[in-house]
Amino acid sequence: MRFSENFSLAFGNIKSSKARTFLTMLGIIIGISSVMVIIGLGNGMEQYMTDSFESIGTNILNVTITGSGTTRTLEVEDMAEIVRENSECLDKFSPTVALRGRAKIGSESLSRTSVTGVGTDYFAINNYTLAKGRTLRYMDVKERTHDCVIGSYLDEEWYDSDALGKTIRIGGEVFNIVGVLEQEDDEAKEGGTDDAVYVPYSTAARLIRSANITSYTVTITSEDSADAAVDVLENALYDKLRSEDAYTVISMSQILDMMDDLLNVVITVLAIIAGISLVVGGVGIMNIMLVSVSERTREIGIRKALGAKERYILSQFVIEAAVISAMGGIVGIAFGYALSSLATWLVTALLDVELAVTPTLQSIALAFGASAAIGVVFGFLPARKAAALNPIDALRYE
Amino acid sequence: MDKDTKMPLIEFRNVCKTYEMGDTIVRAADDISLKIFEGEFVAIVGKSGSGKSTCMNIIGCLDVPTSGEYLLEGKNVGEMDKNALAEFRNAKLGFIFQQYNLLAKLSVLDNVCVPLMYAGYSKKERKERALEVLESVGLADKLKNRPSQLSGGQQQRVSIARALANKPSVILADEPTGALDSRTGREVLGILRDLHDKGNTVVLITHDNSIAATAERVIRLEDGKVVFDGLASDPASKVHREEAAGNEIQ
Repeated sequence: MRFSENFSLAFGNIKSSKARTFLTMLGIIIGISSVMVIIGLGNGMEQYMTDSFESIGTNILNVTITGSGTTRTLEVEDMAEIVRENSECLDKFSPTVALRGRAKIGSESLSRTSVTGVGTDYFAINNYTLAKGRTLRYMDVKERTHDCVIGSYLDEEWYDSDALGKTIRIGGEVFNIVGVLEQEDDEAKEGGTDDAVYVPYSTAARLIRSANITSYTVTITSEDSADAAVDVLENALYDKLRSEDAYTVISMSQILDMMDDLLNVVITVLAIIAGISLVVGGVGIMNIMLVSVSERTREIGIRKALGAKERYILSQFVIEAAVISAMGGIVGIAFGYALSSLATWLVTALLDVELAVTPTLQSIALAFGASAAIGVVFGFLPARKAAALNPIDALRYE
Repeated sequence: MDKDTKMPLIEFRNVCKTYEMGDTIVRAADDISLKIFEGEFVAIVGKSGSGKSTCMNIIGCLDVPTSGEYLLEGKNVGEMDKNALAEFRNAKLGFIFQQYNLLAKLSVLDNVCVPLMYAGYSKKERKERALEVLESVGLADKLKNRPSQLSGGQQQRVSIARALANKPSVILADEPTGALDSRTGREVLGILRDLHDKGNTVVLITHDNSIAATAERVIRLEDGKVVFDGLASDPASKVHREEAAGNEIQ
């Protein structure tokens, strides 16, 4: 007797009890599709994060000077020297001074507009290009001028694309708009990258009455040597500040890795929870197979009388369970795809975020393999019960 | 035919079968010895509880004796494991049951193919062989029907075809007419007689003397013991021991 015969036997039996088989499969369908959607959601979030970080730049190190444990300070000139001396791994740097929510145009407060004090290299570091006017110059920093560069959103929304020469109020002081950047986001919107004002960091520091610059953005020459660059920078900072607690250096790629790890943990936990429904589905299959074995006791007796060995009966029932489960798996995969598209649409529509729920091929293969394995594992006990039936008793069974 | 030198097809040597039912031990077969030779038509007859079902189960390799030996074609069945028993049932025995025991979900043709499938024939070979035997019982026009669409007599003919499919050494019929009206029952017995005439060995298990009379030879069981073994034409074959004893008292 060939192995394949068991499949036609299984399909025959499944066909004869469609409703029951479908209800049994439902557990597997729900389990597989939820695992798929969750893993797909995880992939989507990971991709979304990677994209967001890449638009910021994974070649960027963020330095924060906390100054704890030291009386020494780090001047902007010190940072310039560190970058210059380590030019083999460090490229450019810019101080950053955040002034969020301090911009006003006329009497309107721009609460969502980001206002940042930056150095001259800031635009190059972030790959921002100038659309019109000029960028901030060394003289602006040195003289603490009230010149500023704005994002395209402000230009379009508030100045009818004619912002050059106009003014904007920041922290109660008037700034002249000397440059407008090219649009960065796909769609310029409030609170986005293009809703921004950049002023000289020196001016910004004075505006918030901060004596020292505590935050820097440093670029590295090669993304592959991010860890080495972090070491170099930390050593140089230690030499200047003489305290390990006085500074932190975080690379964007490290943050991305950390967030990826965190996301993976969350997704794994969610997938395991969804996986529990697969186990429940498996128990459903076991249950229905036990019922089926009882119902078909006589059939088993007849088959045994006609010469079926125990292993034929065993494989017949195991394969039947596996076929039910695998069919559930296939339907579940289709359902999972549909749900993923729905989830993508929902996330995009409701959260206004470009997040594609994308189930990977591996997760689909895994889901299908898992469903077939569940059938085999949970079908085994009922199948063994069937195989072990005494043919005399089974034949007499009514 | 010299029965002393020829190897019997079926041989019971002091076969005992005991069952435990609670505290009591039931001796369903009590020291039965018998020989059935190739080509014989034997009826094993007895009332319920006489041990005929136990005998049938042992002959059919569905059960093994508690003590004693059962030899089928000279092989000791009692020493076989479950797989070997299954193979033996498949190759050596053709079962005909009272309740037909056809698989309700399969067509007539597929039902007859089942033992051939377990024997390892290819699909093509199975179909050919199944068609052949179904034709021989006159059901070549019902191949695609389900058993439930057939009359009782037709169903029993399907089960005879199934029993013949693997060209078994022994055809074992357990009350084959029990569920049929007397006319259809006679038809089925006629088929069994034809099979015997063609040289098949037929063992018929029944409680009914008139049906047992169809056979050549009658083995009568009572309380697990053989009380008569001889020609069906012998008037003693129809008499229960108790009845005989009663007659003597009268």
